[in-house]
Amino acid sequence: MTSEFRLTVRENLAKAEVRANFYRAMDGLMTRRLDQFPDKVELERLRTQSMAIRANALSKLPELLEQLEANLTRNGIQVHWAETTDQANQIVLGIMQQHNAQSIIKGKSMVSEEMGLNHFLEALGIEALESDLGEFIIQLDHEAPSHIIMPAIHKNRVQIAKLFHEKFPDIPYTEDVDELTQLARRILRDKFYAAPVGLSGVNFMVAETGTLCLVENEGNGRMSTTAPPVHIAVTGIEKVVESLSDVPPLLSILTRSATGQPITTYVNMISSPRKPGEKDGPEEVHLVLLDNGRSNIYSDPELLATLRCIRCGACINHCPVYVRIGGHSYGTVYPGPIGSILEPQKAGLDVHGELTQASTLCGACSEVCPVRIPIPSILNRLRYDGVRKDAANTNTVGSGKRRTLSEAATWKTWAWAATHPALYHTGSKLATRFKGMLPTNLGAWTSVRTAPKLAESTLHERLKALGVDHE
Amino acid sequence: MSNTTASRTNILARLREPQRPECGFDERDYLSRFDWDRAERVRRFTERMVAVRAEVHQATADTWLDVVKQVCAAKGLKNLLVSPETERGKQIHAQAEHFPALKTYDRPIEGWKEELFYGVDAAFTSTFGGIAETGTLILMPDAEEPRLMSLVPPVHIAVLEVDKLYTTFAEAVQEQGWVKTGMPSNALLVSGPSKSADIEQTLAYGVHGPKELVVILV
Repeated sequence: MTSEFRLTVRENLAKAEVRANFYRAMDGLMTRRLDQFPDKVELERLRTQSMAIRANALSKLPELLEQLEANLTRNGIQVHWAETTDQANQIVLGIMQQHNAQSIIKGKSMVSEEMGLNHFLEALGIEALESDLGEFIIQLDHEAPSHIIMPAIHKNRVQIAKLFHEKFPDIPYTEDVDELTQLARRILRDKFYAAPVGLSGVNFMVAETGTLCLVENEGNGRMSTTAPPVHIAVTGIEKVVESLSDVPPLLSILTRSATGQPITTYVNMISSPRKPGEKDGPEEVHLVLLDNGRSNIYSDPELLATLRCIRCGACINHCPVYVRIGGHSYGTVYPGPIGSILEPQKAGLDVHGELTQASTLCGACSEVCPVRIPIPSILNRLRYDGVRKDAANTNTVGSGKRRTLSEAATWKTWAWAATHPALYHTGSKLATRFKGMLPTNLGAWTSVRTAPKLAESTLHERLKALGVDHE
Repeated sequence: MSNTTASRTNILARLREPQRPECGFDERDYLSRFDWDRAERVRRFTERMVAVRAEVHQATADTWLDVVKQVCAAKGLKNLLVSPETERGKQIHAQAEHFPALKTYDRPIEGWKEELFYGVDAAFTSTFGGIAETGTLILMPDAEEPRLMSLVPPVHIAVLEVDKLYTTFAEAVQEQGWVKTGMPSNALLVSGPSKSADIEQTLAYGVHGPKELVVILV
């Protein structure tokens, strides 16, 4: 049972330097988050409130999307709907072609990663340049993000210094973070200056006012949405909230949970393109609303909670599996606990179902989730959907596809034995008597652990000896 | 792109299919749980701003202009972008000889993009308000003080009237009636100079936006 996922995990576990980079980063992020919530009672109140805001928005999702569209349209922002990532890419391409644009500059956007937009455009000879510092770094190295908030967190400064020196040989080698940052600033400023189109993601969309909110520290988002004459925003249909007053509490818990900041440097609220008389800002603003499996997740009352996510990454930062195997092991756009519930639902359990096993169900993720997504319960549900016989009774993509005859037969036999007391007692009694003959080599489990030992006698026997009547 | 209409219909139809639980909330009470007076608001605001390496200067209606002069001199600015139409901008332009060369954003960006991107040292703007809890400036750029003023030049100098310093973001939205008056093309919260922690989580300042943010409290 050596799958591609397991092979990648094994490979990444052997990379001591990368593992050290993840450990240092996740430790820092966990500490900084904790410092932001000194009052536990207040934290729990805020989590409940944030959950309610998101749950409320989801309960009215189609109506809020229509209201959002009406208000954005009234404000002069053009709204496009895409059922698939391919459609979304075509929409972006279509807008670029209208402007004869041969390049696009991008602020950080995980949905554009989900779309595979860069590859799509590059295949057509169009340059798609990342301007978020972390994204810029990994794009230079032709890598995917290893974290949704800190995409280059798997690299340390020496690795980045070497990469910059290799890609920009004219510039003297430096390991100084300030100098590396200033180098990126100079290169990207020229790009912002010349870019015909800018692209960004969205953190929250406000239905009430028709506003797109973007949260960031660097200014790449502001640059991408302000300097070029055309701005295209891409996001998932679930990112809408009902009213403007919903934004402050969500914003606060988002930045504190994500990076332990009371607020990010910039919160950019866009409600319209450049108006007559205004001297800058894009002449055209487009919003691409992407479904890509979200409406299917929406159809299940239990799995729906997945869509509450505000993409803070706290579950990732606190996951004991993620910190060890690293973001690239997952082989998906979204890694960690949120990725392990989101990606199998989008791509299907037959494609990414194995990720539901990439968890110890320790519950650290759901304990820190600012919108109280019960990630372990959803993982369990998806594990069940993966192997269930009545696959037709659930909408989960690829349900039943992970069911194997041997596993089903094993559990069937177990269930039969466990419901036949005579057989069960004989069996367990025999097992304790002949325990010396049981194997001590249990594959991967015993490679780092000793095999569990059976007791001298069965539980029933011991209780009987103690005089406990079993019924 | 005509198929986006079909996509819209399909997506909305799928979202309307399932039975949805009622999920309103009783308590939409996001307003301040803090009871900070004016002095406490100033103290908190300053503390947060300084923590993210912004400069904060206290001034009065009589001294703020001198503070701007001193800041320009201390930083050795060669020029300063200032609106000639705002109340404070007029006062700066009236004393132009005491400031670095004054520039104005007097035409659309297309007419002087190169100069703005490569030739402007600093910009001076007013603010729409401030937030004490997070150490934040509220900006609502308009024709007089366009969006790029607070983003492109390496130094941003802003004046915040303490009367407009609110305790929390939620309070500012409510008290200033953002929904009622309608949102501007672009509203911004700015909490310090541009920064990144993308390399080894080490903070570096001035990534794409200003390297320095100077706040003058009046």
